Amino acid sequence: MSNRITTKLQEDKKLLSIYFTAGYPALNDTVQIIQDLEKNGVDMIEIGLPFSDPLADGPTIQESSTAALKNGMTTEIIFNQLKDIRKTVSIPLIIMGYFNPMLQYGVEAFCKKCQEIGIDGLIMPDLPLDVYKEDYEATFKKYGLINIFLITPQTSDVRIQQIDDASNGFIYMVSSASVTGSKSGFGQEQESYFERIASMNLKNPQIVGFGIKDEETFKQATKTAKGAIIGSAFIKHLTANGTDKTAEFTKLIR
Amino acid sequence: MNYNADEKGYYGEFGGAFIPEMLYPNVEELRQNYLKLMYEDSFQKEFNQLLKDYVGRPSPLYFAKRLSEKHGCKIYLKREDLNHTGAHKINNTIGQILMAQKLGKTRIIAETGAGQHGVATATVCALMGMECIVYMGEIDIARQAPNVARMKMLGAKVRPAKSGSRTLKDATNEAIRDWINNPVDTHYIIGSAIGPHPYPDMVTRFQSIISEEIKWQLKEHEGRENPDYVVACIGGGSNAAGTYYHFLDQPEVGIIAVEAAGKGVNSGESAATSALGKVGVIHGCKTMLMQTTDGQITEPYSISAGLDYPGVGPMHSHLFKSGRAEFYSATDDEAMAAGLELSQLEGIIPAIETGHAFAIFEHKKFKKDDVVVISLSGRGDKDLNTYIDYFKLA
Ligand SMILES: Cc1ncc(COP(=O)(O)O)c(C=O)c1O
Repeated sequence: MSNRITTKLQEDKKLLSIYFTAGYPALNDTVQIIQDLEKNGVDMIEIGLPFSDPLADGPTIQESSTAALKNGMTTEIIFNQLKDIRKTVSIPLIIMGYFNPMLQYGVEAFCKKCQEIGIDGLIMPDLPLDVYKEDYEATFKKYGLINIFLITPQTSDVRIQQIDDASNGFIYMVSSASVTGSKSGFGQEQESYFERIASMNLKNPQIVGFGIKDEETFKQATKTAKGAIIGSAFIKHLTANGTDKTAEFTKLIR
Repeated sequence: MNYNADEKGYYGEFGGAFIPEMLYPNVEELRQNYLKLMYEDSFQKEFNQLLKDYVGRPSPLYFAKRLSEKHGCKIYLKREDLNHTGAHKINNTIGQILMAQKLGKTRIIAETGAGQHGVATATVCALMGMECIVYMGEIDIARQAPNVARMKMLGAKVRPAKSGSRTLKDATNEAIRDWINNPVDTHYIIGSAIGPHPYPDMVTRFQSIISEEIKWQLKEHEGRENPDYVVACIGGGSNAAGTYYHFLDQPEVGIIAVEAAGKGVNSGESAATSALGKVGVIHGCKTMLMQTTDGQITEPYSISAGLDYPGVGPMHSHLFKSGRAEFYSATDDEAMAAGLELSQLEGIIPAIETGHAFAIFEHKKFKKDDVVVISLSGRGDKDLNTYIDYFKLA
């Protein structure tokens, strides 16, 4: 079977992807949140594996991660919660987290478990390109997992080419030089960055993340890119409105 | 065996650069340039001049007669406490501020635990007229108040880290986030031999002046360059790395590390990484790390803010794993008692971090002729409130 991310990327539409932290607001909300997001037309989901020291994240995701860990979330529990997810959910599912919990679980065991569950890809921001290629690429591929790399406005063209070569799904385009959840709105700088990347004609489509929070930012981000990822704004919605109002959130995006 | 960093920043299996892509351009720029820049004649000249005229180096190597009599061996103290700002930390900040200038950076950020590194950073920023922002855990701000005031007086902004354990590890997270948010004009002066490559190696090289001086100073005192042992306390491991550096490849020199056991290694309130840690990734490097079985980083504890860190630098993980160094840990009580003893036998009040190194005599018996050099990494002025509370001095 071909990877669900690959299939999804071939659809002739802009993709909406949503990130949430597993175990937040409550420990056992994970499956419900995923099902509701799919029901409301979301194309792809990043399931956040909470980490004690999320150094690329701003306050919103830091706080949801701390709360999830306090709720008792562990790697084992997430895998358990997700074990039957493919009976009800068919959109691509990606696990996003930091490398240390994966390392402690055992990289191979982690990948194997992802394949059993039906996870399609991984985003590990602090697993760098060279280490991935040398030590883990073969394992990811063995278990059919797509590894997703980040690029930022500061990433050089040469480096982007290397990342494009090593990617086989999409490239996660970080919208601005920032941690998650900190910028409001896109300006001239983003515009020219989006255009620069579009003009590179990369083999992998790009999905923009960081700073997408509403219809306007979603539209701006997907003018040239294939899709956009919303994280902090959705977590804020969960905090304010609870888990049963997903439709109200997705309606605001498109 | 090689005990220094290889090309990619690995010490054995430890080290490397596990950083998010957002940090890659900055860290890569540094990696490509640090060796070339720091060994340029003009850099070395300026660095050594500042160490001499501004920091007050060389720091003395002092034969501690009464302490030696008490513990039955020949004890020399490497007096980093006499450096400007009162600790070894300034050796590194002088080096890194020059590096930042060469790289064209105008804004400096740093993390601090005890505040010694924060003060040393604020000091060199004042010296060079650079903007300075220091991240410090909320808890540490409370227990190291004099250093907070010093940083402010020096013109630095002190920003509290309010997440997690609100100590050194969280201050480091905040500094890294700041660097992600400010990728162009900012240099991050890391305060210990930790972080992504090239930081551990760069910090170690700047601190290696400590063992470079010990060699010729000991030759003057004892007629030989190599002591039988070098001893240092380890937080992230920068004073230790500098103290060990020129002895790493001299097998006749015993290397001793003392970590903070807090209320006891098995009390649940400790920072003794070698005893409690497992290999993991923290702040961009693979190293020994205190963590849960699930890979969440554990909140450490020590009475000394500067040792209150859940990891150690990758060099030290390698020294531990390879058996090159002996690792011990000292409890709060042992460190405080050793600090009191040093005060009353030698008239030197050490930083509480440093007190841990002096607690080695609780754990290891030396021979009468052994020459033992201890890194007296800092002075105790900043810790007076803690000493007052602990010993009821008021
Ligand atoms: C006096 C003193 N010694 C030691 C340390 C521990 O740091 P390191 O292990 O990097 O030398 C500190 C840290 O603040 C310190 O202030």
